[in-house]
Amino acid sequence: MAVQPEHPTSPQIAAGQDLAIELRGISKAFGAVQANKSIDLAVRRGTIHGIIGENGAGKSTLMSILYGFYRPDEGEILIGGQPVAITDSRAAIRAGIGMVFQHFKLVQNFTVLENVILGAEDGALLRPSLARARGELQRLARDYEMQVDPDEIVEELSVGHQQRVEILKALYRQADILILDEPTGVLTPAEADHLFRVLQGLRDEGKTIILITHKLREIMKITDNVSVMRRGEIVGTVATADTNPTAMAEMMVGRKVILKVDKAPARRGAPVLEIRGLRMVDDAGVERLRGIDLDIRAGEILGIAGVAGNGQSQLLEILGGFPEVGSKLSGRIAVNGHELPLDGRGADGQARRRAGIGHVPEDRQVEGLIMDFDAWENAAFGYHDAPEYNRGLLMDNAAIREDARGKMARFDVRPPDVELAARNFSGGNQQKIVVAREIERNPDLLLVGQPTRGVDIGAIEFIHKRIVELRDAGKAVLLVSVELDEIMALSDRIAVMFDGRIMGERLPEEATTTALGCLMAGMEPDAGPVQAAGGART
Amino acid sequence: MILTPLISLALAFAISAVVILAIGESPVEALKVMVEGALGSSYGWGNTLYYTTNYIFTGLAVAVAYHAGLFNIGGEGQATMGGLGVALCCLFIPWPHWTLALLGAAVAGALFGALWALIPAWLQAKRGSHIVITTIMFNFIAYNILTHLLSKTLRPLGSMDPATANFPPATHIPGLWQLAEMMGFAWGKHSLANVTLFIALLMAFLVWVLIWRTRLGYELRAFGKSEPAARYAGISPVRITIITMLISGGLAGMMAVNNVMGMSERLILNAVEGAGFFGIAVALMGRNHPVGIVLAALLFGFLFQGGAELSLWTSIPRELIAVIQGLVILFTGALDNMVRLPLERLFAARRRKEG
Repeated sequence: MAVQPEHPTSPQIAAGQDLAIELRGISKAFGAVQANKSIDLAVRRGTIHGIIGENGAGKSTLMSILYGFYRPDEGEILIGGQPVAITDSRAAIRAGIGMVFQHFKLVQNFTVLENVILGAEDGALLRPSLARARGELQRLARDYEMQVDPDEIVEELSVGHQQRVEILKALYRQADILILDEPTGVLTPAEADHLFRVLQGLRDEGKTIILITHKLREIMKITDNVSVMRRGEIVGTVATADTNPTAMAEMMVGRKVILKVDKAPARRGAPVLEIRGLRMVDDAGVERLRGIDLDIRAGEILGIAGVAGNGQSQLLEILGGFPEVGSKLSGRIAVNGHELPLDGRGADGQARRRAGIGHVPEDRQVEGLIMDFDAWENAAFGYHDAPEYNRGLLMDNAAIREDARGKMARFDVRPPDVELAARNFSGGNQQKIVVAREIERNPDLLLVGQPTRGVDIGAIEFIHKRIVELRDAGKAVLLVSVELDEIMALSDRIAVMFDGRIMGERLPEEATTTALGCLMAGMEPDAGPVQAAGGART
Repeated sequence: MILTPLISLALAFAISAVVILAIGESPVEALKVMVEGALGSSYGWGNTLYYTTNYIFTGLAVAVAYHAGLFNIGGEGQATMGGLGVALCCLFIPWPHWTLALLGAAVAGALFGALWALIPAWLQAKRGSHIVITTIMFNFIAYNILTHLLSKTLRPLGSMDPATANFPPATHIPGLWQLAEMMGFAWGKHSLANVTLFIALLMAFLVWVLIWRTRLGYELRAFGKSEPAARYAGISPVRITIITMLISGGLAGMMAVNNVMGMSERLILNAVEGAGFFGIAVALMGRNHPVGIVLAALLFGFLFQGGAELSLWTSIPRELIAVIQGLVILFTGALDNMVRLPLERLFAARRRKEG
């Protein structure tokens, strides 16, 4: 079914070379979800090997297998040419693997020194271990430019320094292979730069480094080789020097069957949504949206393309009235010419619905549906205070059921049983329940996030048709998808998001995947890297 | 799944029997004493229903919070504070008739209980302090505030008892036996159950309406299942947390109508007798459904009354009754899955065979 595009793939790194780690046919399933599908991976000693892929591509599962958190269903792991069974993290440490997690595993109220020896104390008495560790720590810090005060309490340290402690911890345990999971997600640009220098220093010492990320720029900047993961598989391994960000972006996002959606040219009306200078800084202080300007007119579908994690989710959540807790927002949003508040009581999901915004959220199982609620209860979710669903103080459950029956029939939800809990429907039918609920309220602006993620082909066509119908009825649609083909097939206009900005807009008929891929990687197709984006984060 | 609690109960009784055997008493005899004492006479029933009334209130309190994903284990403190509200209402307002006093006391008890739950609710909603920790702390604070008030402020001059004065006669609500007498037959003379039982049953019905028939109930169930989804739907976590805890605390506080106004007719120390904690077990066993809670409350009422009889008539120590009650809680609540999973597997296997 899925058509894989041809990518220039350099010959697999040949066996017989000096390999630090080799994975052969690693598979891991969680229930029905195949998180890793017969993964083959060879990492040469003394290199920095990038593993890139979108959220949910299976990167973290693979690394958890390497670190002994999961046992693979199939396949074997070779370290230094020898097959090893990594049964738990102790075995991983013995095999010379050190892991730096995205969320640090440090004891906040211990000192740096205490954290470094935690679990590696030699002997029951702490004092001699501490003395030995202090000397070793000073040597490591000097050799790798990673100065930290061994007696500082960890929670007093900056995030960047805490990460150093994690790396020192691994080195103290004599790790030869260092795995870093999304290490720059929490770092400032200067800290990230320093981290990269440290990693290059470690590589030059002969250590092997595996860098997991979904940021193309980091891959291009410091890796020697890179493997791209998508939907649990490694779709290619190339030498970084032989590739370019555009090709990588395309490989990450992947191409499905070309979806053809029959639609008449858009008949654009008045502007429905106007966004000006929208900024968002999340709870951790990271700027997720860096000044978004966007207009959508009645009767058009604006598609936002981009690699996941570049601010699309935040944009949808803000428009839908539920930004991340603790985030700070600025800028202006107006719907039908009325400015909407960004926070406070008037900015919640109810207020957004009253303003005429419908929302098919990105994650139907966590946001769009209450999985334990029956279909009929879900069919009113978010609109449960509408007059037609209520009779005085009580909810009119009979009316809600009747309404749900109609929606499920019109959207061909199977089985058409309103008394069935949402979790018992397939992904496609769950999504149809959400889409039916949102579209049938006839919103002026429909927000749609990943409408066809985990949805079967039949339901995809159906959902696409309904979205186009809504557009033809003169409504505005904001579509966010990581499926480039979905964006190309549905959109009347395409905006590409990268690193919290709109990189550019294209019309679908003149957009090529290459040009979009460039924008998705943060570069203007004709020029070099955009200064602001290229220099800001790394 | 009515079978699960019954089997759990049987297991609890079986182990209790072994324990009773181990201390050299006859389990059959013990069961006989319990059943006869609690259910064998109208007087026994009267007392059993009195405890049942307490547990209905506290069980409902736990259940309402549970549906919103909140674990309110502060029923004890909320009922203690409810007692204070009821006492103040009965002592300082000159009620013309018990019916009005009953309504006033129910409101006062609920109000005090609700306000006592408000502080942990606010701390959870606004500051992220976990409600399990704060509500249990608030039990101790409530107990000590009451001790202070009863020994210093509310104790009548010259009394050596840490308790308020007796409530005026106009606030004395009739026991069920008095109602029976009014209607011309004798039933459970001087037993403890009183008209508050009807309020408890009314509350059970209203809680059912709240949870499954109102917008608020819909929103609190949605919030209890998934906070991100609730936020998506525009349901304010702060608002739901606070309103739910007010209702939950109010239900626990209303219990005081039964034990303070209906039974002791003055406020004494430790009037709640652990009913707040039993409410957790009652809600667990009753599957957080009002009908289940009424039934579970009846069972725990029986255990409490039967246990009192047991310590009165046999040499089985009072502590052993606590062991039996503990086993029931353990099996019906904590070990629920131990019984339910094999049962579900059994039924699934049978269905497969039939299909």
